Amino acid sequence: MTTDTADSAEAVEAVGVAPAADPGFLQRYGAAIEYILIPGAALIGALATFGAFVALYGKNPLDLYFYMYQGAFGTWFSWQNTLTRAAPLILTALCTALPAQLGMVIIGGEGALLIGALTATSTALAMQWAPPLVVQIAMVVAGVIGGGLWITLSGALRQYRGVNETISSLLLVYIALAILNHLVEGVMRDPASLNKPSTREIGATNMIGTIPGTDVHWGLVFGLVCAIAAYILIYHTTFGFAARVAGGNIRAAKIVGLGVGKLIMTICFLAGACAGLAGMIEVAAVQGRTNANLAAGYGFTGILVAFLARQNPLAVIPVAILLGGISASGGLLQRRLGLPDASVLVLQGIIFVFVLASDALYGRIGFLKGKS
Amino acid sequence: MADSSIGLWTVPLAVLGGAIRVSTPFLFVSLGECITERSGRINLGLEGTLVMGAMSAYGISYLTGSPWLGVLAAGITGALLGALHAGICSLPRVNDVAVGIALMLFGIGLAFFLGKPLIEPTAPRLPAIDFGWWSDIPQVRAALRINVLFLIGVAIAPILYWAFKTTRWGLLIRTAGESSDAARAMGHSVLLIRLRATMVGGFLAGIGGSFLSLFYPGSWNEGLSSGQGITAVALVIFARWDPLLCLWASLAFGGAAALGPALQSVGVTSGYHLFNAAPYILTLAIMIITCSPKRTLTGAPAELSITR
Repeated sequence: MTTDTADSAEAVEAVGVAPAADPGFLQRYGAAIEYILIPGAALIGALATFGAFVALYGKNPLDLYFYMYQGAFGTWFSWQNTLTRAAPLILTALCTALPAQLGMVIIGGEGALLIGALTATSTALAMQWAPPLVVQIAMVVAGVIGGGLWITLSGALRQYRGVNETISSLLLVYIALAILNHLVEGVMRDPASLNKPSTREIGATNMIGTIPGTDVHWGLVFGLVCAIAAYILIYHTTFGFAARVAGGNIRAAKIVGLGVGKLIMTICFLAGACAGLAGMIEVAAVQGRTNANLAAGYGFTGILVAFLARQNPLAVIPVAILLGGISASGGLLQRRLGLPDASVLVLQGIIFVFVLASDALYGRIGFLKGKS
Repeated sequence: MADSSIGLWTVPLAVLGGAIRVSTPFLFVSLGECITERSGRINLGLEGTLVMGAMSAYGISYLTGSPWLGVLAAGITGALLGALHAGICSLPRVNDVAVGIALMLFGIGLAFFLGKPLIEPTAPRLPAIDFGWWSDIPQVRAALRINVLFLIGVAIAPILYWAFKTTRWGLLIRTAGESSDAARAMGHSVLLIRLRATMVGGFLAGIGGSFLSLFYPGSWNEGLSSGQGITAVALVIFARWDPLLCLWASLAFGGAAALGPALQSVGVTSGYHLFNAAPYILTLAIMIITCSPKRTLTGAPAELSITR
């Protein structure tokens, strides 16, 4: 399988080499080519490794790739499944990608998602008298504020107490999970939920429904809008420029008088707001209530999406669809190949490892060095 | 369950017994992480290592019939995962925190994947030593049924404390953790020191996992670890990178985790999940108290990415 990796990687590189006859081309687009080439090669390497792993397990890797494609993008049904899973991934990925612009590593999207789900559910349960549209808007606001404040806490601790944001956001994931379980098994528990403690349902009329003509819920649109807005914010506004300056050199940012504290708090709020929105969507479009099912790992997969997308909010969209597809294909792999449902987790882990290791390659590929 | 003859004493007894049982994986993972972090690198992947260790220990114990071979297999698996972590981290410009998250996903996924056929069968478990032979009360005897691994862990903590302080290896690890330039100037390879430290750390974390599947709870399933690996990483920060404090903190966190079920057995059911979250809350609190914008955590290795 390893030779296979090399071949595929070369094939990808060959595509990049073709226009190199014009030296100016590489100077202009060398970095952009790198951003596509290196993660692409990492992805292919990871798929090949996973194929080898499955071959050791006694299954045909070609079948694996075929069913993965079938389960992810092969039919309209699988496309819809993929897109449904991509929606929360886009939003949780933004929770890591936005703070990354400031040089912060936030890995607590899962916690903000849970808190967003909890605040959105509480709001809906408290507003059962209101018309559905009002309830839905209130849920969005509640989810955004809940998740936003949760990550702002990490940002504030970093800014005012010097607490490392990576560790604090990770600790907050487990604190959020404990709060959720505590409330769901305590004051917010629906007495009718015996085996699986849950809150009461938010009501069928308050669910946000699907995009007409599809089975994909509106959460996907929320995700796309947020990703595009985040991209515009970071790359086409003064605020985003200031954030990137602070991310590049915090001392320079302070010298030119940027309010770094305000930047950190705002970006952290927006990051948490995205993950909180993902939690609200999972409640209002999928689960209909809050319970431990919400801790399905979207927050952690979102970290992988953000790193694979090189923390670019726009690149998050295709990467989230790709990883949504991988997780959507899990069911088919289980049914047709008899692989355990954990195969998706293994593949995600391998991809993550390859992507991180490939970070070492930037600026080191010989034929792309023409730019300097 | 509650024996009326000793009444409310069941709670402290259950907490004591629970502290000893629950703290063992904390102890091993935190001592392992302590070694790794002292060398200047953080390995968040120990949650994955713990689950992989639990799975491989159970599998090997089932196949060979010897739980101690299972413990060894868990350690070796952990060391291999540690080597993978260190190997990737030694590449330039690679973020060790992110690699840890990646290996956490990978380790858990791989353990679930390979461990699927192990959910049904029963593997031989590790023996326990009965320190409660003098008592007639069943709760006391249950609390004092102590596993050898716990005693080994308790012994490792002071040995590690001593080794960090006085031995050549301990000094090298600390030098790599405080100033990689100094270690390099002395002619040592920082990457090699960190590779070894991460492998030893992984070895210990794997053994911590074997305790989960071979003693308490004592079976293999996918809900075996509820974040103990992450808790132990937090615990190292809580213990300020001191192996002896790691021991006490493990016992305290184990006791906190045992308090919930113990209270549940006497009828107090609320707050169960909050007790489980106590380690995270306490660690966050200690970070908030001891950090300030001008100064990082006291006792933290200077090269550690989370303190810079």
